[in-house]
Amino acid sequence: MATGTATMKPGKRKKKFQLTPYLFVLPNFLIFSIFIIVPTIMGFIYSFNEYDGLNPMEFIGIENYMNVFTNEMFWSALGKTALYAAIVVPLIYCLSLAVAMLLIQEIRLKGFFRAIFYWPTMISFIIVGLTWKWIFGDLGILNYILSLFGADTIPFLSSPFYANLSVIIATVWSRLGFFMVIFMAGLQAIPGDYYEAAHLDGASKLRSFWSITLPLLKPTSFLVIMISLIDAFKSYPLMFALTGGGPGRETTFIVQYIYEVGFMRQELGVASAMSVVLFVIISLFTILQFRLAKGGAV
Amino acid sequence: MEMKSSAKWIVYVFLFALSLLWIFPVIWVLLSSLKTTPDLYSFPPKFWPEPLTFEHYFNAFEKGNFGVYFLNSAIVTVSSTVLLLLINSMAGFALAKYRFKGDTVLLVGFISTLMIPLEVIMIPIFTVISFLGLYNNLLSIIIPPAATPTGVFLMRQYLLTVPDELLEAARMDGASEWKIYWSIILPIAKPILAVLAIFSFMWRWDDFLWPLIGISDPSLYTIQLALSNFIGEYNVDWGSLLAMSIITMVPVLVVFMMFQRYFVKGMVTSGMKG
Repeated sequence: MATGTATMKPGKRKKKFQLTPYLFVLPNFLIFSIFIIVPTIMGFIYSFNEYDGLNPMEFIGIENYMNVFTNEMFWSALGKTALYAAIVVPLIYCLSLAVAMLLIQEIRLKGFFRAIFYWPTMISFIIVGLTWKWIFGDLGILNYILSLFGADTIPFLSSPFYANLSVIIATVWSRLGFFMVIFMAGLQAIPGDYYEAAHLDGASKLRSFWSITLPLLKPTSFLVIMISLIDAFKSYPLMFALTGGGPGRETTFIVQYIYEVGFMRQELGVASAMSVVLFVIISLFTILQFRLAKGGAV
Repeated sequence: MEMKSSAKWIVYVFLFALSLLWIFPVIWVLLSSLKTTPDLYSFPPKFWPEPLTFEHYFNAFEKGNFGVYFLNSAIVTVSSTVLLLLINSMAGFALAKYRFKGDTVLLVGFISTLMIPLEVIMIPIFTVISFLGLYNNLLSIIIPPAATPTGVFLMRQYLLTVPDELLEAARMDGASEWKIYWSIILPIAKPILAVLAIFSFMWRWDDFLWPLIGISDPSLYTIQLALSNFIGEYNVDWGSLLAMSIITMVPVLVVFMMFQRYFVKGMVTSGMKG
């Protein structure tokens, strides 16, 4: 991929005011401001008002935030999201790293394997959810396979524990390929000499992995952890299609809950305050990433 | 690196097992979609569709209105992608090849909004869309997502490598700035435009949140919205649903096959699903 340095700009034409560059940026800038910047500011304003979308807004200070902080459903949805993230992120990390390490070796059918693992990342979350719903369902193939082994059928989508497990399996299935590709890029950037030198010194494969691969993979690792973490906190369509957020509210994660409060209960102010809280959490992770990644020059 | 042959065997077995696991769900959906309705719901499930039928595919189009949803998705995906390529390349060109007041602010502004997840501003976005009269209009899912920070940034990075002399020479020959953009910059930018086109295609085709915010009229549903709506129904018609899922995967699969190389490269450089 072509990249250049930021200083390569022409200096000759900067004397007189030029309209042209502004015109070139304008369409993008307009759309961007109207649909990203303005809503961001509005969301912040909503969060300090009582607003149902129909009647005029009424300023109520931090009442919405007080409401959010004492709202058990909110914290429970957030807690479930966090738990889901805490399981999914390490799982995706380990599995995609393992697959990437195997697939950068000299292996036959490398392209075939890569394509297979990558392919689910291109399928929309709705269809991923649907696919697994078909498999996990009461009449699904998984229960049939279990019955072949003489096991009882499992209510994959209607028991709290298994519903969560199903959501996790579907997530890992749909995201592994994406992170595998990122890891492959990171692994390929590690000079082969390092491994040769370690090999000559009699280091084992495991030892090379701990002392060479992992440390040099630090920037890639941060990238993968942060993207998958942020993804986890925003996830919603997959659960929506797979479990509908159920059973009960068992797999209703934070974005779905905010959507319900905002669009179904019409409490735009409260929902906006929740969004601000979620935004702060996501920002903290992003800032953390930048901080930590500094150590290992991305 | 060379491996011992025993180690190699373990690796192959592991990879084959895992890839079987990865490919199985889609195959199962495909096989199921070709079964007759009674077979579809029979337990124990039959593996092979016997007899094989395309009735669910016909049903999806005839009773399920799938043609309409497919067309809506196609309109949205194509027009949003064209718009994205145009405006992102224009902005990227300006930010790479001109020096003007506020250029750095703009660039930093664009990039920093990558941090704002759509999910946390969906409520005010709905207000904006309604205010502009775009609610229940396909334009509400075509225009807003076209101005991507990722696109602008990738375009700019790519166009920084274009030598200024080329543009100066064109200016000497009396070319207008628009002409320079249109007949010099765009042809040079073909590879990065291809990458962006693929991304945009995937993003829009798979998108759920924008349609969810902007559309409520069933005649304007995109595929993803229609599918999600069917799932919520009491009597889920799994046959049609599975058939629709399979058809919906096809365009993405075709794009994937055609541009595999770009994909992997593009994923590595921009690394976003958005």
